[in-house]
Amino acid sequence: MPASYAILAEYETPAAVLHAAGKVRDAGYRHWDVFTPFPVHGMDGAMGIRNSKVGWFSFIGGCTGYTTGMLMIWFMNAYDYRIVIGGKPMFSPFAAFPPSYELTILFGAFGALLGMLFLNRLPRLHHPLLKNRRFAMATHDRFFVVIETSDPQYSEIETRQLLESLGSRHIEMVEE
Amino acid sequence: MAAQPVLDERSLIKVQAPPASLEREPLVGSQHGPGWLSDRIAGVIEGETPGWWKISFAISVTMMTVCFALILYLMSTGVGIWGLQHPVMWGYAIINFVWWIGIGHAGTLISAILFLLRQRWRTSINRAAEAMTIFAVMCAGIFPLIHIGRIWYGWWLFPVPNSNGIWPQFRSPLMWDVFAVSTYFTVSVLFWYMGLIPDLAVMRDRAKTKIRKFSYGLFALGWTGSNRHWSNYEKAYLILAGLSTPLVLSVHSIVSLDFSVSQLPGWHTTIFPPYFVAGAVYSGFGMVLTLLVPLRRMLKLEEIITVRHVELMCKVTLATGSIVGYAYGMEFFIAWYSGNPYERFLFLQNRAADPFILGPLFHVPPAPYWWAFWTMVTCNVVVPQFFWFKKVRTSMLAVFFLSILVNVGMWFERFVIVITSLHREFLPSNWGYYGPTWVDILQFLGTFGLFFTFFLLFLRYIPLIAIAEVKGVTPQADPHHPLGGAKVGGKH
Repeated sequence: MPASYAILAEYETPAAVLHAAGKVRDAGYRHWDVFTPFPVHGMDGAMGIRNSKVGWFSFIGGCTGYTTGMLMIWFMNAYDYRIVIGGKPMFSPFAAFPPSYELTILFGAFGALLGMLFLNRLPRLHHPLLKNRRFAMATHDRFFVVIETSDPQYSEIETRQLLESLGSRHIEMVEE
Repeated sequence: MAAQPVLDERSLIKVQAPPASLEREPLVGSQHGPGWLSDRIAGVIEGETPGWWKISFAISVTMMTVCFALILYLMSTGVGIWGLQHPVMWGYAIINFVWWIGIGHAGTLISAILFLLRQRWRTSINRAAEAMTIFAVMCAGIFPLIHIGRIWYGWWLFPVPNSNGIWPQFRSPLMWDVFAVSTYFTVSVLFWYMGLIPDLAVMRDRAKTKIRKFSYGLFALGWTGSNRHWSNYEKAYLILAGLSTPLVLSVHSIVSLDFSVSQLPGWHTTIFPPYFVAGAVYSGFGMVLTLLVPLRRMLKLEEIITVRHVELMCKVTLATGSIVGYAYGMEFFIAWYSGNPYERFLFLQNRAADPFILGPLFHVPPAPYWWAFWTMVTCNVVVPQFFWFKKVRTSMLAVFFLSILVNVGMWFERFVIVITSLHREFLPSNWGYYGPTWVDILQFLGTFGLFFTFFLLFLRYIPLIAIAEVKGVTPQADPHHPLGGAKVGGKH
């Protein structure tokens, strides 16, 4: 028999899974997660997840974009090949602003998307849960609490009892 | 497990249900569970290809082929096949470019600005509107590229040195435009794709065939619906909405600077940026209505895209249309108030003077393009006023026809701005009259083929409503709502 990756408990309503998540957190588990078809309001608090760090990636992206725009235009029009336009200064931040503004947004957006993917360790095209038939309902209308067997608190009997006492009608083991 | 605290009778707050008159209509017109939404929306893709889809796809592909064939003709012959001649050197190409890019703006407004304003009804329409944005920007992007005449020099627009080592010069708004439009396209695609990831996972988990499972699975990037992932995802979504908001306002502003930075009467006005943005949102909502009003019926999605959604979109159209009408009025006022004879001449004698009322009233000959000007005013100022009436807003047939008129009007607005400002120079010996050739007209119609080819493919292969987002706004999704199934209330 292949090794177990995790224990999976199914819940039918957002309220039930929210309640269960709060209790699993209070019990002190660490390697666990909740899987829902849509983001459930209040779940981050129930799981004890801190504010996401995506903002930093986007901020760094935006700063890079603005600097790139300004430096690029200065280098092209005022340093590498100077062009006199209407006798105006070789470089003016005002004329360089619109492209730099757009690059701020462009790099910031890439920062947000790639930062999100990086923090989530995606793309990951192979995952033990994705092989589980029951788990396919996680994108449909079911809510799952999954506690990994690698969790220091994990115990085959007590963990199952906890999840059952929280109202799960279907609990199964997920293979590695 | 922590013991439940004993509730004191006096500490309970008595909650009364709000009176029925204050209750809002639900966003989704049914009390089905989240699974029903998946089935309904994914069912559009999984069902058999409808006959109307095949017919419209054949027509669209034909029109698209015509468009590309004419581009080849243009490349091999030159811009002489268009109606451009002195003094009108910006014709259909620029009109079409501004028109298409304006249409895109509703998608970003719905996905970004309405998100920041917490307008939760947007979830039913944002996916289709964003797709419309992307395809409209693709249609728009063709025109600046081909109107430069020698298309093989298109790379001069990019920040690379030419063979003499000269870089593009960034004091020109045309360079700003290159950055604005390409950023707009890229960020719209990123935003759209990120919104798609959870729904591609839905499609992957429902897939019956191997090919479907593989292709949806590949693009779903292994999304599992983990709440740790949702947490980062929602933050990234919020940031993208926050970035897209200044983006959408800047793109059409920069497009308008292509005109207003010049010193031509009719173009050189400070009102252009806000006026262009309002007009863009107006035309974009017109296009969203034109697309979604028939689609919701043909695809049987009336419970998800409800009459209330259509009504709300009509209201946005009314608001932005009225801003556009105000801007027209302001342009005339400033032309008169400035005392500038060229401005006054342009607005009265090149645009507004019709042969029946204004011409005789001011003792001036009719403007050569008075018909275009008054088509524009009728469609952009008069037509949206019908949306004050609930009877009109709730009649799908009326909304559909009015929404088409909105875009007819907006096309004529760009025609009026581009052509009437150019066709009479300061010297009367340099006056001319612009008319399109058959190539102009067919190329414009051909871009509809391009647009609809992509849009129809989108309908067939990608969920046209954001499944996960709509699930999230139903009352059933709220853990604190009675329908959220709270038997034992959590403490959050």
